[in-house]
Amino acid sequence: MGDLPFAIELAGQGVANGLMYSLVALGFVLIYKATDAINFAQGEFVMIAGIVIAALASDAYGFPLWLALFAGLVFMVLFNIGLERVVLRPLIGRPIVSIIMATIGLAAILRGFGPMVFGSAPRGLELPIPDSPVIFGPFFFSPIQLVGAGVSILFLLGFGWFFLKTRKGVAMRAVADSHQVSSAMGINVEKYFALAWVMAGVVAMLGGVLWGSMSGVDTQLALVGLKVFPVVILGGLDSIIGVIVGGIIIGLVEALASGFIDPYVGGGTKDFAPYVLMIIMLMIRPYGLFGRKLIERI
Amino acid sequence: MLDVSNGGGESDAILSVRSVAKSFGGVQAVKEVSLDVERGSIFSIIGPNGAGKTSLVNMISGFYKADQGSITFDGTELIGKRPSQIAEQGIARTFQNIALFHGLTVLDNLMLGRHVRMKSGILSSILYWGAAQKEEVEHRKRAEEIIDFLRITDLRRMTTGELAYGLQKRVELGRALALDPTLLLLDEPMAGMNQEEKEDMVRYVLDVNAEFGTTIVLIEHDMGVVMDISDHIVVLDQGEKIADGTPDVVKADPAVIRAYLGASHLQD
Repeated sequence: MGDLPFAIELAGQGVANGLMYSLVALGFVLIYKATDAINFAQGEFVMIAGIVIAALASDAYGFPLWLALFAGLVFMVLFNIGLERVVLRPLIGRPIVSIIMATIGLAAILRGFGPMVFGSAPRGLELPIPDSPVIFGPFFFSPIQLVGAGVSILFLLGFGWFFLKTRKGVAMRAVADSHQVSSAMGINVEKYFALAWVMAGVVAMLGGVLWGSMSGVDTQLALVGLKVFPVVILGGLDSIIGVIVGGIIIGLVEALASGFIDPYVGGGTKDFAPYVLMIIMLMIRPYGLFGRKLIERI
Repeated sequence: MLDVSNGGGESDAILSVRSVAKSFGGVQAVKEVSLDVERGSIFSIIGPNGAGKTSLVNMISGFYKADQGSITFDGTELIGKRPSQIAEQGIARTFQNIALFHGLTVLDNLMLGRHVRMKSGILSSILYWGAAQKEEVEHRKRAEEIIDFLRITDLRRMTTGELAYGLQKRVELGRALALDPTLLLLDEPMAGMNQEEKEDMVRYVLDVNAEFGTTIVLIEHDMGVVMDISDHIVVLDQGEKIADGTPDVVKADPAVIRAYLGASHLQD
């Protein structure tokens, strides 16, 4: 109990990391919202974006950082457009299991493809951000965490605004609600599917850069994708607010668990605590805090 | 109102269906059906359950691809076009089961109907700049006109899930009208309604036809309604067209009576 300052400091870390989980999970939610596809490869998207950018920025290719970032963005956008066109579109209307299996396969391919093309040695991804910690009262952050949290908030709010306020965003929600009815309204459903995948690609690229610069870039980077599931189950598969809240909660749980429970059990709680929460959530509120509750008519 | 002399003629058909067929596995849902819908008319398709009415409408609106035959709308072949392209041609439809976008408000639902008429690109509409904003205002005006027309002004800001059944159906009609269609396909717009809601819906269908000049193709089970408001009726039974004519002609047709009441009734 005397550890309140420690708890507060951990909470600050948790929220900052949690927002970066939110950013990665946003990619998952965008795709689910628009196309009903459950994408198990979101973590691998983040990884491949990180690998491509880190490789291009390394001495082997010698791109300046800005160019490597831009090339990474273009790569992710084109990659996801191609992916939607070639793999996902033919699966529309098939059982959801087919799509899940296809994305799991895709994840495995990406984990092989990245190292195969760019080498498997871990690389650093140096952003021009100072290392010296920033202290706000009881909170203690590394500058990259602050940048990451800031970028995440910016994009989460941006996408939230897009869905609520813009015509295209509303059309995208309509597509998510019913592909059939949307197309009867003259909405080119496939164009919106492609748009969702492009958005997910952009988000994955940002995630790859932020997480990559914090923890280095190799195939391990794909592990952030595993955090996507507790986040979206907690927040709701199709909710942007849910992604923000879910991300923050998962970040907090992780930070507090590793700070307070690890000393007694010798470590590792950080990795499984979010899943305990996820399973509890599935039992009491399977559609998440903000998810759409489906009422089926029988 | 009735133009009996034009029965079967092709003088001014806005929609022509020629020898269209569709089967699903072993089931022939629609067999060699042909029909002509005259511009500006109210055209009803009736028939017992499983007669192929909805399949036919799904072929016209592009959800099913006909196995054979042709469907022309204002001279343009529709078979092979996607539903969204057919909507762009000016054909709107409603669905048998309510198909509103449930998280959205009434106004948003109608604005989605305006979608096909919006021209600005993705980027400008995301940024909500200049042309996109001006366009939005114009479309908003049209949506408000339709809202007034259907007398749902006080519901504009409500999400559609909160509305009573009859009102949901009315909003769905409004959303279809927001496309400014020249042809409106209504798949059982009055199913499940009480008498008062039915009367309202009949009045709106007649008003749409009279005020906007919209051609209407109607699938409906309520015989009283169909006989009252249709200019022309086609009867389908087990995928085949068994009668085609004005309400009076169809009403007296023995094949129709047989399909509706069963063969034994006629033999008795």
